[in-house]
Amino acid sequence: MTTNQGTAGNPPATETAVTPQGFMMAVTLFLVCQLIGETIVKSLGVAFPGFTFPGPVLGMVILFALLLARGRVGPMISVASNGILRNLSLLFVPAAVGIVQYWDVIAEFGITLVVALVLSTLLTLIVTVAVFVLVVKYTGGAEGPETEGGDDR
Amino acid sequence: MTDNVLNIWVYLAETPLLWLTVTLVVYMGAEWLSASLKRNPAANPVVLTAAVLIVLLHVTGTSYKTYFDGAQFVHFLLGPATVALAVPLYRNLGIVKKSLLPMGAALFAGSITAAASAVGIAWAMGAPPELLASLAPKSATTPIAMELARNLGGIASLTAVLVVFTGMVGAIIVTPTMNLLGIKDFAARGFAVGVASHGIGTARAFQVSELAGTFAGIAMGLNGALTSLLVLIWIALHV
Repeated sequence: MTTNQGTAGNPPATETAVTPQGFMMAVTLFLVCQLIGETIVKSLGVAFPGFTFPGPVLGMVILFALLLARGRVGPMISVASNGILRNLSLLFVPAAVGIVQYWDVIAEFGITLVVALVLSTLLTLIVTVAVFVLVVKYTGGAEGPETEGGDDR
Repeated sequence: MTDNVLNIWVYLAETPLLWLTVTLVVYMGAEWLSASLKRNPAANPVVLTAAVLIVLLHVTGTSYKTYFDGAQFVHFLLGPATVALAVPLYRNLGIVKKSLLPMGAALFAGSITAAASAVGIAWAMGAPPELLASLAPKSATTPIAMELARNLGGIASLTAVLVVFTGMVGAIIVTPTMNLLGIKDFAARGFAVGVASHGIGTARAFQVSELAGTFAGIAMGLNGALTSLLVLIWIALHV
């Protein structure tokens, strides 16, 4: 079985041999990675007060290391990952609705906050993308054949 | 008759089932709208769904706590979703490896810009110190940002709102901004929105392309780590 390398545009649409048990195994694997990540982060937090790092991000690193060791992404893991990431927007809804708890704070500093956040976000986008594209260009361009359309017109 | 309806409502309003289901149904509607508008950035599913739910909560007089009893099941999936980012990362490993240098440079520039510009603008507009401290970590993901705000002497719960708002703003403006700048490198576009707008920006990037989403996910993780480091250095220098 070959890996799914190079499907940069779209995740594979069809998968073979996807079984309910396999799907559950993939989801369980994600949870196990997260649990290990959280445990390590919390332990470090006890050892070094003030240390903070998100457990799920460490969980991602752990899963990534497992995939590297295994050398391929199986169909189950692929289907489970695509399913959850295609609906990533949904997962932020409860946090976004949480804005209702803070109307008073928002009302008090409304204009300052909105101006600062909108301008800052715009600036961050521009600076980040400009540095990225310029470094690609001046370091011989990472040879970037896979970046669709190249980076300049 | 009216009493019966009321009784049913009183029962439903207290079960997690109601608001979990409403969240999913409204999200499906927002997704459908977003898809039929060809993923127009203005029709952002997070913004649309949250807006409808906020109105519904207000109209029905439901508290956020009651809402969250149901919605927590969705919220919980953020953890496994973050872990799942390892899969597109692995799939796009080739191009990620080639982009280490641009990623590092862009991360450093973007992370500092995100914190410094927000604090600078709010300071110029006369914001008090605790507000500045709450603003500084706004581009990092929520749990990191709240912890950092606390360490800086800010208001953690305010930071949670600022983080979400930053995410929604970035998700809406990234596509028009990048098109205006003529940036066609979707790795660079994704990376920028991940640095500026964490997970909500990453969700938008996955709407556009898997490559953009992958780079956004990497940027989100790295920016969380770097923002933490920058805050630690800042505090060390000022204590």
